[in-house]
Amino acid sequence: MIQHIIILPIINQLFIAVLLMFFYGRAKAQRFITVVGSALNLLIAATLMHRVASEGIISMQAGNWDAPFGITLIADHLAAVLVLLTSISGFAVSLFSVRTIHVKRVNFGFFPIFHFLLAGLNGAFLTGDLFNLYVWFEIMIISSFVMITLGGRKAQIEGAVKYFTLNILASVIFLTAIGVLYGITGTLNMADLALKVPVIENRGTVHVTAILFLIGFGIKSAVFPLYFWLPASYHTPPAAVSAIFGGLLTKVGVYALIRVFTLIFIDDLFLERMLLGIAVLTIISGGMGALIKNDIRKIFSYFIICHIGFMIGGLGIMTQTAIAGAMFYLIHDIIVKTNIFMVAGLVKKLTGRQDTRLLGGLYSTHPLLSLLMMIPLFSLVGVPPLSGFWPKIWLFEAALDGGFYFTFAAILFGSFITLFVVAKMWKRVFWGKPLKPDSLGFALFDDEQPGAKFKFLLPIILLSVVSLYIGLGAEHIGNLSQTVAGELTNPQGYIEAVFGNVNLQPYED
Amino acid sequence: MEILLAVTVGMLYAAGMYMILRRSLVKLIIGIILLGNGANLLIFILGRITKGQPPIIPDAHKFFTEAYADPVPQALILTAIVISFGLQSFAIVLIKRAYKVVGTDDLDEMNATDEEI
Amino acid sequence: MKSIIFKTAAEYLLPLLILFSVFILLRGHYLPGGGFVGGLIASIAFVLYAFSHGLENTRQLLRIHPGFLMPLGLTLSLMSGLSPVLISGEPFMTGVWFPDPVPVIGSIGSALIFDIGVYLVVVGVSLTIIFTISENA
Repeated sequence: MIQHIIILPIINQLFIAVLLMFFYGRAKAQRFITVVGSALNLLIAATLMHRVASEGIISMQAGNWDAPFGITLIADHLAAVLVLLTSISGFAVSLFSVRTIHVKRVNFGFFPIFHFLLAGLNGAFLTGDLFNLYVWFEIMIISSFVMITLGGRKAQIEGAVKYFTLNILASVIFLTAIGVLYGITGTLNMADLALKVPVIENRGTVHVTAILFLIGFGIKSAVFPLYFWLPASYHTPPAAVSAIFGGLLTKVGVYALIRVFTLIFIDDLFLERMLLGIAVLTIISGGMGALIKNDIRKIFSYFIICHIGFMIGGLGIMTQTAIAGAMFYLIHDIIVKTNIFMVAGLVKKLTGRQDTRLLGGLYSTHPLLSLLMMIPLFSLVGVPPLSGFWPKIWLFEAALDGGFYFTFAAILFGSFITLFVVAKMWKRVFWGKPLKPDSLGFALFDDEQPGAKFKFLLPIILLSVVSLYIGLGAEHIGNLSQTVAGELTNPQGYIEAVFGNVNLQPYED
Repeated sequence: MEILLAVTVGMLYAAGMYMILRRSLVKLIIGIILLGNGANLLIFILGRITKGQPPIIPDAHKFFTEAYADPVPQALILTAIVISFGLQSFAIVLIKRAYKVVGTDDLDEMNATDEEI
Repeated sequence: MKSIIFKTAAEYLLPLLILFSVFILLRGHYLPGGGFVGGLIASIAFVLYAFSHGLENTRQLLRIHPGFLMPLGLTLSLMSGLSPVLISGEPFMTGVWFPDPVPVIGSIGSALIFDIGVYLVVVGVSLTIIFTISENA
């Protein structure tokens, strides 16, 4: 039985994008199609998740060429969860952009590009081939370049130049790494690499290749010395674009790191120590950055960096509990980061401002809305019943068990800084004296019709509910994370799913 | 031949890096183009330079009768070239737009994103 | 460019180059060639025409906006990739071929349709890029 379901999340997004291109210049039709298409994709992703959970790892050989010669598509629990999360975030952002993306941007082709971006994300999660991963990364970053520049003013274009340069550099390094890896193993299928890389005798070359991958993915996931493009660009585009970037783009880098360093370059003490060092420094520098910024979206940009460190730390410890913690954190982070950037958009819509020093009194003017915004903000901090709390427990436990006290201290420090900054922001934005809203040429939230208000809030409510579920139903998510971590620490199942039941090395020369 | 190509690759990478580190936007694009070419050439060398037939088995045979060239690096390079074609044309349009909007091609003067509002 | 030799040559070169691009497209399965190269040659034909006759005339010659070719080509390629799934339930992108070869063209299969899609996308993309750049020059 061939599993066609695995290709559907990609095909569906591509199909929607193409369909939207046929409706070029018709904003109303495009808005309708994007919402319906995203909802459909959510359905497909949920089915895929259900199938993977009930039947185990699903794989498919594109073009009916046997692995390792063709391109393998494979959905294990990790890929299926991430596709599902992408679809949830994608659905919410597509709802959000219906209300917030200006008709001019829509006419420049915002929605087709948005769906190409999601297709690239889904492809990157589902592929089992390193070069194919590169291609999906490129589809993703080309789309993100267009989204970040679309309709640009000065700051946006400048941010885009920085974003563009660093990301293209990351791609070149990634491509170099692929070239070297192909040179030393003669294959690019990830499962095949998992068999061949550990037996290579020239460990020096393998280490260099691993470092190249680390740098390439490190730039994309914004880790310590390589993150400077992120705070320079993420606050410039419209809120919907920031939301999808903040929620998903850096997380693909994290996914790639997790995949490569649990499957291909394994049992390498130097790399694990290096990952831990990077994680500690990422957490500290991201936290410090968030501490001194005043623009809401800049603060959130630094939070992205800070919290990437938690996941890299979990990966660096490399025990099952740690990876489960990192995985749980990843699940929580995608939803919450998407949501807080939409919250930043809502604050701007309410007041016309983004600088926390010029804001105040939202709680006295909009108490219910403030309570709604409290959910993602407090989930971010990890106030106990909410979603950020549980993964940290596992990370702490793993760090203490393994004796990684620096990592433990850094995660603790990062959590406290997050708490402090969010509390400071809460005090400045929600308490205090209400200020008169400052309209910069767009309709303020209070002047909108009730229907439009509801449409604006719907995606935030949706993601808050998901966040609440992750927090309150932590048992389910925890079990899922443990399953994922089990698969990652023991990749035998993954390799067998790719090669089927045939002998593992039938073409040995 | 390998040594010559390896030196070329190194020079392309070095020149590309140098150009990226300059301040001018146009030089940035040139650097990116050089880096991309270096990476493609690197894949080409690492796929082994063998003189051989195209990897197509003739109708009358069941397996390769002669030495054949590895097709995978060429497929990879072709894909990478197409991708960098798209990226470079986007980059050229972007720097043109940036020059118009910002009014300079000096990267050091592009710091609106770091200002506090 | 106001050169009468160039202008006359461009008029004759346009159909020739397009014919050549189709030839390259069709020989692409076993021999060097294919949709990407063919598409580039076809767009060079139009770019040459645009150099000699100006942008407006080229647009009139094309009749449709080149941007429209992109979704068209993408649809063709997607459909050719999906055809094995729909026809025989084989994996995505498996080659499906008509049993009898057609004279001149040879065997027709999903690979050819995929290449035609690529051809259209390449023509659409490169013409859109070049027209946009030269418009704002």
